[in-house]
Amino acid sequence: MSAWEVVIGLEIHTQLATKSKIFSGASTAYGAEPNTQACLVDLGYPGVLPVLNEEVVRMAAMFGLAVNATVAPRSVFARKNYFYPDLPKGYQISQYELPIVEHGELFITDADGNEKRIGITRAHLEEDAGKSTHEGLGQFSGIDLNRAGTPLLEIVSEPDLRSAQEAVAYMRKIHSIVRYLGISDGNMQEGSFRCDANVSVRPRGQEEFGTRTELKNLNSFRFVEKAINFEIERQIDVIEDGFDVVQETRLYDANKDETRSMRSKEEANDYRYFPDPDLLPVAIDAAYIEAVQQTLPELPDAKRRRFVDEYGIRADDADILTTSRSLADYYEDVAAATAAEAQGAANFIVGDLMGALNKAGLGIEDSPVSAAALAGLLDRIRDNTISGKIAKEVFEAMWAGEGSADEIIEAKGLKQITDASAIEAIVDKVIEANPGQVAEYRAGKDKLIGYFVGQVMKETGGKANPGQVNQILKQKLG
Amino acid sequence: MAELHEQTLIELAAGLERGDFTSVEVTEALLARVEVHDQTLNAFVTVTGEQALAAARAADEARAAGNAGILNGLPLVHKDIFCTRDVLTTCGSRMLENFVSPYDATIVERLAAAGAVVLGKTNMDEFAMGSSNETSYFGPVKNPWHLECSPGGSSGGSAAAVAARMAPAATGTDTGGSIRQPAALTGTVGLKPTYGRVSRYGMIAFASSLDQAGVITRSSADAALLLGVMAGFDERDSTCIDHPVPDYTAALSQSLDGLRVGVVKQHFDEGLDEQTGAAVREALSVLEANGATLLEVDLPNIDLSVPTYYVVAPAECSSNLSRFDGVRFGHRAEDPEDLFDLYCRSRGEGFGAEVKRRIMTGTYALSAGYYDAYYLKAQQVRQLIADDFRQAFEKVDVIAGPTAPTPAFRLGDKTDDPITMYLNDIYTIGANLAGLPGISTPCGFVGGLPVGLHLVGPHWGEELLLRCAHNYEQLSTWHKACPGDFQ
Repeated sequence: MSAWEVVIGLEIHTQLATKSKIFSGASTAYGAEPNTQACLVDLGYPGVLPVLNEEVVRMAAMFGLAVNATVAPRSVFARKNYFYPDLPKGYQISQYELPIVEHGELFITDADGNEKRIGITRAHLEEDAGKSTHEGLGQFSGIDLNRAGTPLLEIVSEPDLRSAQEAVAYMRKIHSIVRYLGISDGNMQEGSFRCDANVSVRPRGQEEFGTRTELKNLNSFRFVEKAINFEIERQIDVIEDGFDVVQETRLYDANKDETRSMRSKEEANDYRYFPDPDLLPVAIDAAYIEAVQQTLPELPDAKRRRFVDEYGIRADDADILTTSRSLADYYEDVAAATAAEAQGAANFIVGDLMGALNKAGLGIEDSPVSAAALAGLLDRIRDNTISGKIAKEVFEAMWAGEGSADEIIEAKGLKQITDASAIEAIVDKVIEANPGQVAEYRAGKDKLIGYFVGQVMKETGGKANPGQVNQILKQKLG
Repeated sequence: MAELHEQTLIELAAGLERGDFTSVEVTEALLARVEVHDQTLNAFVTVTGEQALAAARAADEARAAGNAGILNGLPLVHKDIFCTRDVLTTCGSRMLENFVSPYDATIVERLAAAGAVVLGKTNMDEFAMGSSNETSYFGPVKNPWHLECSPGGSSGGSAAAVAARMAPAATGTDTGGSIRQPAALTGTVGLKPTYGRVSRYGMIAFASSLDQAGVITRSSADAALLLGVMAGFDERDSTCIDHPVPDYTAALSQSLDGLRVGVVKQHFDEGLDEQTGAAVREALSVLEANGATLLEVDLPNIDLSVPTYYVVAPAECSSNLSRFDGVRFGHRAEDPEDLFDLYCRSRGEGFGAEVKRRIMTGTYALSAGYYDAYYLKAQQVRQLIADDFRQAFEKVDVIAGPTAPTPAFRLGDKTDDPITMYLNDIYTIGANLAGLPGISTPCGFVGGLPVGLHLVGPHWGEELLLRCAHNYEQLSTWHKACPGDFQ
């Protein structure tokens, strides 16, 4: 065990999936021409005023309820003041002293396989800034304010995470929750889900925290893990070399896999937070919370437990199958449509289907093999029309769009041989052709049974029912 | 018939309705006066003659077609703080010297929809920060009653335009007294409504929690007419309250009978010019003699209103004015070396001294380590002041007193001493801190300069104020007095 204990807290910025911005009617759609989705409010024109998009309140309340948090009856928007060209008003509207969500929690599985509680300090609503671009503009910088005013929910964890792996597990859990709730698309490439990490180390057993650094720009699960691990090593080296860790903001450079100092505490802005006088406090009553509660879908943890209880599948498969609502729905659709065993269906989805999807870079929503079609395939395994091995071949053909399982089995003549007399004839042929192996087997080398099975399969093009082959072989060799 | 420029909105409306004259004739007459007098007064930043005549023609046509709106063909001017599409909106600042807004403020829209004809945009203290109109980048406005005196501020251009009969009515904004104080100093009527009564959308923000749009007119009846058009919910301003808009004109016909008028002892303490005090007391006795009851009320924390205001207002302005950074609109420094230089020089060149002073004061008040001692403390005191008013209004219907401690002062007299200048708003600031409506109506002269009677009402108490002021105007002639050079 290392002499150092790692302490990590995450701040996750989730873009809320609203059609319009948090304080204006402009669209939030991604990828438009620069500055085509910024109205006068987003541009911070003289005289304009923000008006809160009610939808973001509902979404934040949903999140709060999903993580067992308090949804504040009264929360207040505040101005965070600083100058930057992509911040049109010279302040960002955020929440400071009175956030909309406080005191939440979720559970992850730690390295020892135990359930571990991670506290969620708060989640607050804020507007995103625009984007500065410096490429291809010579001595100028370009500003794109399409993103300015996009609603964000900033989710701040307690410093309860003790390793990069735990941080990633927590982040994945949040990712899964916001997508389950339908409040964010969680798209990390487009920046809809990004994270800053506060990292410190302390001698194991020490009560007080070490000096922390804040890592910025972590926009993938992999980068979170790599950046934190790099930073842990760096901090330990600094301390072991007899120096002090400096409190500062550091930027993760994915290309070099290192973190670099951005600014120290001394250079930090004084944001001069104060309640935004242009906006009223957000008041939420019990009836509102109750109504939002009614709209909550089944969440990943509950679904995972139900999959284990109801379908009797292994917990690790249930974990994977519940990472997204659409994958879980797919699984449930397959399980409902097939006579095959639930675990068998889980195996096929987690193994073959997800393997193929990952390889093709597709999500479950884009799977070329529908849940109904996959159920059709599993049924043919179940009723011994084909073997599991042949099933993989059929699946590949289905993936390629060659038809349903039945059509492919028919067209390719892949139907399993289950006629005992036909199998017996082939077994006899194999025994006759391999006198040496037969003798060895009979002398006690049981393992050779596999050789004989293989020979029979080869003769039948893999179509003989493996169970029957085994049985007949044992009979004849016995 | 009185000359066109002498007539109030209501008189003009009646004449237009009777067909005594057309809106084009009224507009031409007033534009001609602007042409003659504004070189002296400097009340306008922009005169919109062509647009005004086009609007007047459209109004005359609408009337002929039977589609006359409530303000059809009536001329007015806008303080240059309200955004107007296709016309400069400078806010009295070099920062916005060339700024043309791509949209109309809500009140500009509403007044236009009712048929009003806009003659131009009026001069003002830069970003509404000032009480004398001397902080304007476009030079001070002269008081029509005495050309060496200030008309007050920040809505000094609006007040001077109405006092000099260049327009019968003007819009204004009031953050600490910026409608009422210039109205008092120019012998006009100034109404600041309840916070949230009139939309702030399109009104360039100074201190968001205090700013409120209102009007400067030559009678309370005209103020009632305009407020009825301007007031009401606007979904574009979250602080604009969805409260029914009553018939303000109807409220004018009620007498003073039974009206309880509160008098605040502190308002007559030292600091108040003796003769001004005497004029106000005389006005109070007129109210009393005609059915009102005078009652002494106590506002124990009112003395804290100026220091409270000068923390809250600068704090909000320091943030509100951050958007003027030379990037998207407004003044931009030539050849900036880098981003920091762009910010520093654009703002350094674009803002005047008073604006800078307030941005710095506010930035300081919000800084880490000072926030609790200044901003938070000021908000707490603000609550105490609001509570004082709430308690007072359990006993009285309106609170009456002087609008300003002295009549108009000489231009240049107070420019070197911001504190003395700030004390000019000592009687008006409380209403802004508490979000209450206030009105100033002329109640006499001191040394040839007008003095105002200030009335403050409870939230949504505009009807009470208009009723009280209108009754007083029926019992006096001060509001009809016209400065000698502008007959």
